[in-house]
Amino acid sequence: MTDLVVVNLSRLQFALTALYHFLFVPLTLGLSMILVIMESVYVMTGREIWRRMTKFWGLLFGINFAMGVATGITMEFQFGTNWAYYSHYVGDVFGAPLAIEGLMAFFLESTFVGLFFFGWERLSKVGHLLVTALVALGSNLSALWILIANAWMQNPVGAQFNFETMRMELASFSQVLFNPVAQSKFVHTVAAGYVVGSVFVLAISAWYLLRGRNVDLAKRSMAVAASFGLACSLSVVVLGDESGYLASENQKMKIAAIEAEWSTEQAPASFTVFGFPDVAGRTTHAKITVPWMLGLIATRSIDQQVPGILDLVARAHERIASGIEAYRALGVLRRDPTNATERARFDAHRADLGYGLLLLKYTGDPVQATPAQIDRAAWSTVPNVPVLFFAFRAMVALGLYFIALFATAFYLSTRHRFESHRGFLRLAFYSLPLPWIAAELGWIVAEYGRQPWAIDGVLPTFLGASPVPVANVVLSLLGFVVFYSALAVVDVYLMVRTIRRGPDGLGYWPPPAGQPKAAGGKRETVEAVVH
Amino acid sequence: MLDYAALRIIWWLILGALLIGFAITDGFDLGVGAIFRFVGRTDEERRALLESVEPVWEGNQVWFILGGGAVFAAWPLLYAASFSGLYLAMFLVLVAFILRPVGFTFRNKLADPRWRSVWDGALLIGGAVPALLFGVAFGNLFLGLPFHFDALMRPVYTGGFFNLLEPFALLVGLVSLSMLVMHGATYAALKVGEPMSERAAAAGRAAAGLYLVTFIAAGAWLATMEGQRIVSVIHGSAPSNPLAKTVVLARGAWLQNFSTHPGLWVVPIAALLAGLATWVLLRARRPGLGFVASSLAQAATILTAGIGLFPFLMPSSTQPDHGLTVWDASSSARTLTIMLVAVIVFLPIVLAYTAWVFRVLKGRITLEELRRHEGSY
Repeated sequence: MTDLVVVNLSRLQFALTALYHFLFVPLTLGLSMILVIMESVYVMTGREIWRRMTKFWGLLFGINFAMGVATGITMEFQFGTNWAYYSHYVGDVFGAPLAIEGLMAFFLESTFVGLFFFGWERLSKVGHLLVTALVALGSNLSALWILIANAWMQNPVGAQFNFETMRMELASFSQVLFNPVAQSKFVHTVAAGYVVGSVFVLAISAWYLLRGRNVDLAKRSMAVAASFGLACSLSVVVLGDESGYLASENQKMKIAAIEAEWSTEQAPASFTVFGFPDVAGRTTHAKITVPWMLGLIATRSIDQQVPGILDLVARAHERIASGIEAYRALGVLRRDPTNATERARFDAHRADLGYGLLLLKYTGDPVQATPAQIDRAAWSTVPNVPVLFFAFRAMVALGLYFIALFATAFYLSTRHRFESHRGFLRLAFYSLPLPWIAAELGWIVAEYGRQPWAIDGVLPTFLGASPVPVANVVLSLLGFVVFYSALAVVDVYLMVRTIRRGPDGLGYWPPPAGQPKAAGGKRETVEAVVH
Repeated sequence: MLDYAALRIIWWLILGALLIGFAITDGFDLGVGAIFRFVGRTDEERRALLESVEPVWEGNQVWFILGGGAVFAAWPLLYAASFSGLYLAMFLVLVAFILRPVGFTFRNKLADPRWRSVWDGALLIGGAVPALLFGVAFGNLFLGLPFHFDALMRPVYTGGFFNLLEPFALLVGLVSLSMLVMHGATYAALKVGEPMSERAAAAGRAAAGLYLVTFIAAGAWLATMEGQRIVSVIHGSAPSNPLAKTVVLARGAWLQNFSTHPGLWVVPIAALLAGLATWVLLRARRPGLGFVASSLAQAATILTAGIGLFPFLMPSSTQPDHGLTVWDASSSARTLTIMLVAVIVFLPIVLAYTAWVFRVLKGRITLEELRRHEGSY
């Protein structure tokens, strides 16, 4: 067993670095698409203002892109450094989509992103638009492959354990590729990224309009953000429902925890709008429920049950018992690979091996596990109910809020009435941080809700960690906290500075010593500095 | 479906090709990162040097990212054992690689000289540290790393960070640092205007000299060093299990592949000749051809190391039997096949559009040109 302190520190490090990385990824996804829209309008109409819009938002895109790339490398490294056993155990399956991501997607966006900035004078209008579109295509394909890999962690199809190599091996690549969880995750996550980009453009444009500066550019940007954002916020919620549906097929425990549904209800189950989950008492207080709704969302039927936590724990008991058999047979097969009886036993229980491995947290030898240890292992399959319950509800509430926000913006933009609604502009500006909160909550629901598994039903998280010294992990974790915090300060500073200066470089911030704050006519100096 | 043993050899070659692709492309921007602060004396000169790599370094670095991904997918045990074993060294490489994107993007956003110095430092670290550490890592492969596997096949590493800094490993670190600086300097001599071009050529000649000396020294050391050899029967198509072989230590074993197949000496000789040619061509102010020669030196050097180690990927110093080899650390035949198809389909596409991007960006970055397009980035 790897030291549990190392496991917990590694988990903390992974969560922090992933959440941090996920601050930049959605904005890259969203802004790259918005840049394509703006530059397409430029190419079609030939109006200079659309080119300036593309360049201005592109400047912000560039700052964010650098942070996304920088923090993404960390994610690739960490599987090896902190999750070595995970890498060995599932690399045969999980590594392939990651490698293909590099080959097909990351190469594309990284090779062309340089030309986006340096190619304006070297390429024709259409040529440059093509480059921008390839950057956006690369980012989106990148998300696709990463989410195929991630979906396999949630729903490990198309793979089988091989006792000779002690790892999961690929049985069907097409099953991994066409994993239903991957499809809904991709659409949901990418659409969420587009919402982040849209709110970003909407909020900053609103700020310009409130200040009465760069009005032409801001109004057009706002119109783009409003229409694109409306379509995307609708898809996030509609397709979010889709991933709820799938979670119940593959990860019944996750949806039971999200719903804090302790006992299985009569079908069709009701949906709990709000309440207070009580883990110790295994009940939920002060529930407000909508009859039928969960049953309809989760099973798309009125007669299928959505199993509750207690039933699922009972099911985990059975699978652990079967997993112990698999573990026992595996021990014999490792010494005597030709033993046909044990081979047959192993094959019969192979699917439950992961449940047997859960016991390694409580005993060195799962075969000798006591009923108390089995009970603890069975209850360990329940993720943190209150966190999932509230995180999910907050995320959904934000999703609904974005639809309302964009619908209003869309209405105002068709009426050309942005400037007269200062209240709305203020609301739009203060909505700036919200889509990031929603995206991070989404990550928490999906990945914290996967616990205690690294690979659902196959590999417990605690087992996946590298057996490295505690001091190493403490050192790297502290390093990340300090280094990432410093980068965050610089990133935000440069973003704010670029926005305040604005597309024409007329805003000057921070104001130079001894100069008035509004620095009209400072264009020359500013240009030199912006470079 | 191809034979499993053949697939493993193909994937060993692909790994080599990715490393070579990394050294030839990202190698020159790492090299420029290591020297731009010295070759460029004013801020403008430094900006010209940086701009010679700025539009392309990001794509170049994907060779490294892809190399990592390929090791994960094709050699998962190698990925697991090396990254976790070299934990702190990997963290340093990671910090260097994080400093590069932010350094390039942030540096020119403010004119304050202190701000620019800070990011220059970041770019210098981001260029020089990986260039040095990759060689140190290769050196340690020849020395063997202190690791073994437990009953569940978890890699257990028993060394520390400072054990990696053995004299031989540092020597190989110098080989890679000088090789990449030579490459970056040759590229800069080709891509930037005067006076930086001439200074870069001088730096490139110095680096080429150091490269030739350290390469020969490392080779001579290797001949007297204890290497490893598999003495049990090799089953090239058996399931990947690194615990099923017997390995012995033998002096000079790392050169055994060369003595068994004397034709292979062509490779290290090509490395030396290419290094020499780079020096001569820089002297003759022919940096275009010099870059070709320098690229050849990258390829031949990496191949030399690969041939020396073959079939080992990561030998173990504490339990040599547990060392990872081409025959017992790979993914399943199915995964190797699927990944091979992906490489055959996508790598030519990648090479094609990379070539197109380089063609669009052709021409020297002169100080006049730099002043002309101020503010585009």
